[in-house]
Amino acid sequence: MSEHIVPVRVYFAIFAALLVGTALTVFAAFFDFPWRLNTVVALSIATVKATLVVLYFMHVRYSIRLVWVIVASALFWMGILFALTLSDYFTRGWLSTQTG
Amino acid sequence: MATHATTQDAHGHPALQHHFENMEQQREAGTLGMWVFLVTEIMFFGGMFLAYTLYRNLYPAAFASASNHLDITLGAVNTAVLIVSSFTMALAVYFTQIGKLRPQVLCLGLTLILGLTFLGIKAVEYHDKYEDHLIPGRLLPWNPFNPGVQEEGQPVDHHKLHLLPGATVKNVEMFYWIYFAMTGMHALHMIIGAGLLMYLLIFSLRGRFDPEYHSPVEVIGLYWHFVDIVWIFLFPLLYLLGRHYLHG
Repeated sequence: MSEHIVPVRVYFAIFAALLVGTALTVFAAFFDFPWRLNTVVALSIATVKATLVVLYFMHVRYSIRLVWVIVASALFWMGILFALTLSDYFTRGWLSTQTG
Repeated sequence: MATHATTQDAHGHPALQHHFENMEQQREAGTLGMWVFLVTEIMFFGGMFLAYTLYRNLYPAAFASASNHLDITLGAVNTAVLIVSSFTMALAVYFTQIGKLRPQVLCLGLTLILGLTFLGIKAVEYHDKYEDHLIPGRLLPWNPFNPGVQEEGQPVDHHKLHLLPGATVKNVEMFYWIYFAMTGMHALHMIIGAGLLMYLLIFSLRGRFDPEYHSPVEVIGLYWHFVDIVWIFLFPLLYLLGRHYLHG
């Protein structure tokens, strides 16, 4: 069994999608989305772009399961890092009896 | 030498290390190891993204004001440059896999040139910040953080900070600490990547890589794409976050 070779047209398609995504994120930044959704829009586009790079340019889609586990573990630990820290910082104002 | 030649069958590639069964196992082990390293890199940059999130949440107006001072055109051009370089890097891996030496060398060379272009544009941007006295703290003792502030009714000066309501110069400085820490670490990774590409180019010219053995190209490619992904997030978060306040 030899490794999977991604066809060159797939690379071109991903490349085009990444450039479109970049143009889109600049375009979207000049609009004032309701409920301060600008950051959500920007991060969604960035996440889609990153996912395309990981799956196709980095071949994860065609890689062995163990690579999938390692990539997932990175996202999982990032989740812990953000969730626990932000749950502290973003709830500090909730205590009305706080002194000092 | 004679014994080596007799074992030169399907599993006897000269680059095969003795502790691996065959080339495929060796290649997969290399890719796996690189991914483990990239996880540590993700956590490393993750800490800085977390710091960014916290301070942006504390000083939203200052972060938007500071972000508006960055050059969106240079930032967008640099994003495109990095995406093209990721594309040529992916093609370099592809041409190595199918055993085409000349396109492989060409793509590696293009990737290197694009990487250096990115660093050049970044240097221009850093110089602009230097001129506007936006290097935070006293990192440069002869040019401490001391930006001019645009006053109401004065002629518009793009070298001055245009503060949104609620923003202070002190909090803008915090943005620039984070900006230089994150883009600086990213640029350092680009410099290391450029060095790795030079190594690949030299060995590629010597015909070292072939469809059976190309782990160095694949693994450095993974690193290069990772650095691209970091920038994909840095660009909107640093350059674009306050635009709609001015134009919305």
